[in-house]
Amino acid sequence: MISPTRIRKEKAFKFIATVATWTSVLILIVLLTHILSEGWRWLDWQFMDSFPSRFPEKAGLKAGIFGSIWLMALTASISIPIGVFAGLFLEEYGIKGIIGKIIEVNMANLAGVPSIVYGLLGLTVFVRYFGFDRSLLSGALTLSLLIMPVIVVATRESIRAVPNSIRFGAYAMGARKHHVVFGQVLPVALPGIMTGVILALSRAIGETAPLIIVGAVSYISFIPEGIMDEFTVMPLQIYNWAGRPQADFHQLAAAGIIVLVSVMLVMNFVAVLIRHKMQKRYRF
Amino acid sequence: MIDRKTRVTIIGISIKLVFGVCAFLGILTTIGIIFVLGNEGFQFFRQVPIWDFLTGTEWTPLLEPKSFGVLPLVVGTLQVTIGAGIIAMPLGLLCAVYLSVYAGKKRRNTLKPILEVLSGIPTIVYGFFALTFITPILQKIIPNTEIFNAASGAIVVAIMILPMIASLCDDAFRAIPRSVKDGAFAIGATTNEVVMGIMIPYSLSRILAAFILALSRAIGETMAVTLASGSNPQLTLSPLKSIQTMTAYIVQVSLGDTQAGGIEYLTCFAVGLLLFVMTFMMNLLGQIILTKFRVKSL
Amino acid sequence: MPKLIILMASITLTLPLFFTTAEAKLRGKVRIDGSSTVFPITEAVAEEFRNKAPRVRVNIGVSGTGGGFKKFIKNEIDINNASRRIKDKEKQMASEAGIKYMEIPIAFDGITVVINPKNTWATQMTKEQLTQLWQTGSKVKTWKDLNEKWPNRAIKLYGPGTDSGTFDYFTKVINGKSGKSRANYSKSEDDNVLVTGVAGDIDALGYFGYAYYAENKNSLKAVSIDGVAPTEKTIQSGTYTPLARQIFIYVNTNSLKREEMKTFVEFYLSNAANLVKDVGYVPLTKDQYNKYLKEL
Repeated sequence: MISPTRIRKEKAFKFIATVATWTSVLILIVLLTHILSEGWRWLDWQFMDSFPSRFPEKAGLKAGIFGSIWLMALTASISIPIGVFAGLFLEEYGIKGIIGKIIEVNMANLAGVPSIVYGLLGLTVFVRYFGFDRSLLSGALTLSLLIMPVIVVATRESIRAVPNSIRFGAYAMGARKHHVVFGQVLPVALPGIMTGVILALSRAIGETAPLIIVGAVSYISFIPEGIMDEFTVMPLQIYNWAGRPQADFHQLAAAGIIVLVSVMLVMNFVAVLIRHKMQKRYRF
Repeated sequence: MIDRKTRVTIIGISIKLVFGVCAFLGILTTIGIIFVLGNEGFQFFRQVPIWDFLTGTEWTPLLEPKSFGVLPLVVGTLQVTIGAGIIAMPLGLLCAVYLSVYAGKKRRNTLKPILEVLSGIPTIVYGFFALTFITPILQKIIPNTEIFNAASGAIVVAIMILPMIASLCDDAFRAIPRSVKDGAFAIGATTNEVVMGIMIPYSLSRILAAFILALSRAIGETMAVTLASGSNPQLTLSPLKSIQTMTAYIVQVSLGDTQAGGIEYLTCFAVGLLLFVMTFMMNLLGQIILTKFRVKSL
Repeated sequence: MPKLIILMASITLTLPLFFTTAEAKLRGKVRIDGSSTVFPITEAVAEEFRNKAPRVRVNIGVSGTGGGFKKFIKNEIDINNASRRIKDKEKQMASEAGIKYMEIPIAFDGITVVINPKNTWATQMTKEQLTQLWQTGSKVKTWKDLNEKWPNRAIKLYGPGTDSGTFDYFTKVINGKSGKSRANYSKSEDDNVLVTGVAGDIDALGYFGYAYYAENKNSLKAVSIDGVAPTEKTIQSGTYTPLARQIFIYVNTNSLKREEMKTFVEFYLSNAANLVKDVGYVPLTKDQYNKYLKEL
């Protein structure tokens, strides 16, 4: 028979876990309500379609919206393949011994470098050395470096969790290494990889400091037409408005945050959908 | 015509090459960072002895008279990072347990993305949130709390890294083969016993990896702590006082009006270098612990 | 008949071309960076300039005065927004790099010392009292330490971070050397935070740029220094001393050879007087602007 103490412990544990999760959700709701109440009045089509201005009524987020979307698309297309491939290499092909250890420690270490240091790195390497100047390309490359460790570590962990039985089965049928990797391991590991990608991109879209250093501007009256164009991003415009003395600009900043979070939500939603589909297919 | 066997071999080798290059980029980045930080950092240490830097208790490089003891910044960073870890690690783990064990499929599929949204809210938003919401609450509970304080920073960073821990641990739990869990239930264990006794130990290495990743992010967090904890480098252990973290200082110098090329500017690189070394040691320690707990796949 | 219509239509459609000013056809880039204090003014100018020459791409970053100078010296930007004068080391680096520049003041900022509206005693202070209060290692803790008749309660101090142009200037004119200041006060890079701090505590005292005071006149009180209160008049005329400071743009003279650059800077100086007011700063006198306009 199951003792009452054990039942009590079970109930208490379940309670704590539930409370923990719902409190976190509550915090999110509080945060979002707070922002929504501040900024919803300024949310209209004019706001989304205008460039920066010294008058709050005229100012808009257009440059930032397009800049952020361009930047995210570029960053994703650079960092996801490179990050996933790097993770695949390190897990499946691997480098044995002390060098392998160093690489592993190195990756997690890079995740902890402050974003602003990546900004300084990007300035020196991409803007100055490669001569890309204050462009979307410099910004995207810098952000890619910033978020790659997260993708690599998440990829590695997901691949490690794939049971070897799956691999051996494929080898036993005569598959080559890359058949096994792409056909068997990757699909099973994909949900975990997507989690890493979601977390990484969500972080990237909200970054300000490294982009300021690399050359994202705060005032621009053009939307980017190519990857070498100057740009601004939503968090930058928001930060700029929040620092102005006029109260109207503070509310404008709140409106900007609503737009930013919405874009991020859409991004997340798409990625979660992909993850969900993959997770359904491979369960054991 | 190349026969199939050769073609497959070539594909195999080229894939290995491409992947290898990608992995190598990680090393390149580290070298790049060390170069950028080291270059100017070295110039700093030519003017300020390392011992004074590491053990001094007054950090006033932008005030007259100048003092370059970095300890206040280090303590500030540790306060915020360890504080955030103490809050987020258990909470995150509990969330992961709820998501993977107790929540139904529908709940889980809605809650997990919601939690991940928390992680994506821009860091500056958290900074303002700390100032306008968390600090006033803290001030009501503990009257002596200053308008900028380490505790607000720690709380807000904890909120930021919690989804990371929750999501990654949830993935870890879901990857545990059913046979392992079913075996425990079959002998009559309660759910919490399965979690504590089987699931967590089995996934310990993955959980620890999540912790290390989250703590790494916490230590490198910039804008949120700059806004929440302040720009006042003072050596104090009280979480209610205004402090400055190493990252907040780097932001202050890089984006402020400091003279280009002066020693004040160089301090930014020296602090960055120290932070890099600290993160490296923390990760090294984590890796050693990780290897001890890694479970071989079935 | 149709031929007439076509003729009329083509004339009407091409008419605008005859009236387009030379400026509207201007193309090019103007790259600006620097202080976030000066940013709103330059933004206002760029905004209006867009109406005149819509094809010129003006972009403005906010890397800070120091960060901006670094880029300026490397010829990565044409104009640096500066909330302080160029420092010696920066001058040296510029001459080593062969960069020639023009220093143009474009507005006044009056650093305002503020107190809580409920503070009835400290509405007038002297420069000496300020020095006493803010100097390095200052022993002043309570209002009484500054003036016998004031309350014996602790002063809560707020001010900009050690890295801002405001701090730089304040310490220079009040304490004698830029960077000389007591260290124990609540610092923030965000002036809005300082406003909140002072507005929320009866014993608070802080200092920051005039624009932030002007926006919050009903939650703050400005302290008169040596009998002079900070207003647009007193700041512009120079009677609000020593806390009235100039803010600048530094223009790369080589870049001025480009037509779009020259037009932009001319536009800046011709229109600054109005635009500066829109964003809360105090303009120079018309004559002062014209003087620099001629130098171009």
